[in-house]
Amino acid sequence: MSGMFAVMRKEWKTYLITPAAYVVVALFAFVSAFFFYNMLAVFVMQSLNGGFGGGNLNVDVQVLQPLMFDIGITLLFLLPMVTMRQYAEEANSGTMELLKTAPIRRMDVILGKFFAALGLLIVLLIITGFYVGVVAHYGAPDLRAAAISLLGLLLLGGAFLAIGLLISSFTKSQVVAGVITFVLFLVLWIADWPVAYSSGTAAHVIGYLSVTSHLQNFTQGILDLKDVIFYLSLIVAGLFLTARRMELAE
Amino acid sequence: MLEVCNVSKDYGPFHAVRDLSFTAAAGEIVGFLGPNGAGKTTTMRLITGYLPPTRGEVKVDGLVVRTNALEAKRRIGYLPEVPPVYPELTVNEYLNFCARLRRVPSRQRQDAVARACQRTALNDVRHRVIGHLSKGFRQRVGIAQAILHEPQLLVLDEPTAGLDPRQILETRQLIRELAGQHTVIISTHILSEAAATCERVVIINRGALVAVDSPENLTHRLKSTDTIELQVRGPQPAITALLGAIEGVLKAEFSHLRQEVGTWQLEVANAGVREEVARRIVGSGWGLLELRPIDLSLEEIFLSLTANQPEGQVEAPPPAADAEKGVQL
Repeated sequence: MSGMFAVMRKEWKTYLITPAAYVVVALFAFVSAFFFYNMLAVFVMQSLNGGFGGGNLNVDVQVLQPLMFDIGITLLFLLPMVTMRQYAEEANSGTMELLKTAPIRRMDVILGKFFAALGLLIVLLIITGFYVGVVAHYGAPDLRAAAISLLGLLLLGGAFLAIGLLISSFTKSQVVAGVITFVLFLVLWIADWPVAYSSGTAAHVIGYLSVTSHLQNFTQGILDLKDVIFYLSLIVAGLFLTARRMELAE
Repeated sequence: MLEVCNVSKDYGPFHAVRDLSFTAAAGEIVGFLGPNGAGKTTTMRLITGYLPPTRGEVKVDGLVVRTNALEAKRRIGYLPEVPPVYPELTVNEYLNFCARLRRVPSRQRQDAVARACQRTALNDVRHRVIGHLSKGFRQRVGIAQAILHEPQLLVLDEPTAGLDPRQILETRQLIRELAGQHTVIISTHILSEAAATCERVVIINRGALVAVDSPENLTHRLKSTDTIELQVRGPQPAITALLGAIEGVLKAEFSHLRQEVGTWQLEVANAGVREEVARRIVGSGWGLLELRPIDLSLEEIFLSLTANQPEGQVEAPPPAADAEKGVQL
């Protein structure tokens, strides 16, 4: 355990003194704020018009739900930048020899890196929470649904991080790790498209792997055990395979 | 302290290390010698548990590294060929991280880091970022990291590679200081390096053991005769004739002339002949400018050792030794 905390502390130190984490947080803040501001502006405009027509306006459906979904897409773009260096850099700079000859378990290193990245993800979700706060200050959103959405994003992001860590353990090149991770995330994101035109088993199996359809339930405030298990199993599989990969690399 | 028992490491069809066995007693400095590509780094990695051996076992303090990894690794300090440093951290931050990895208890951590910095003369740069330090300092940070937790076994992979002469002397001095408290294994491809610091030398080639002995014994065992080099100002044919006539000189060979000073190489039966050589040259009124014994280089020792080996252990002449000479030219 102490080995895990040592690795986690070191990763956090690196986040604090190198630009990569700041870039990720800054870009996330910028992009998510842009989404939020635009959705809010459209909603406000519709509200003003709605005063005349008596339309059916709902801040959850029109602002928070699409916002959470778009933030999921933003994570898809940004999290590869967090995970791509995690193992690739250690392998490239020779510090892997330090980690592997230290009296700590393989899992200590993997979990240390994973939870450090998860900490960074939580910073991003705190920024997201701020948007919920803004809406709650001026309106009455469904806070329970918003909390479930944030949990969904945490699980989605965690799954991305575990998969990214696995891919990073396969290469010494950060660029290769980054590109493969990004493309794989993209594939996982669009995997449910075949369901739209095919009712075959294959389409449904592939569709089930889509991270999007599972996120949709969360953003609508539906907490389904099946979705939680889906993301958790991705996380466990990613971390476990990383451990196997490190073992076989010897 | 360290037992390497019949260890082999295969990478597919390639045998990086084959059936290697040697031991190191507590407090001993053992040099691990061989040309580039002989399997030195692989062996170091097998000892430190970075790689598992394909066959055989490595035992540290009686603990099998493969099966009792955590306990064995606590007893090992390791400086890989490339110092395993994080360029973005300061020396202090890095060593604190290493102390945590090595499970130095939190109360002793500051002391351990301070002591390691003291011993490796890093105090002046403790708060500087490692990425901004010179190669010599990084190497010292690597050594500090290895001795931080007072390991019983210290494994140093080419600790002086890439350092300037002064840093090499400082590093050797440091290694000598470390002996006694630690068992030290140093890999190198330079014999003088091993001769300067080690009590015992293990020579390997193509992954297999060639010889284990003290540096003095190795050079001694290999030459039945001594070679000396001589620089004399004077008439070349007369000097050659005189040298050849001295009793105990087995062979006198003129090598070259530079600025009226001739250089000769003599093979002599014993060291005592040197005095007679000096007396006769000075007695003849010629100018004796230099007289020195020539030690065998690693290349020569290596070639003579492998030449005597039975077929099968060494399949081909060692190209690495030649390649090394080529690089030096």
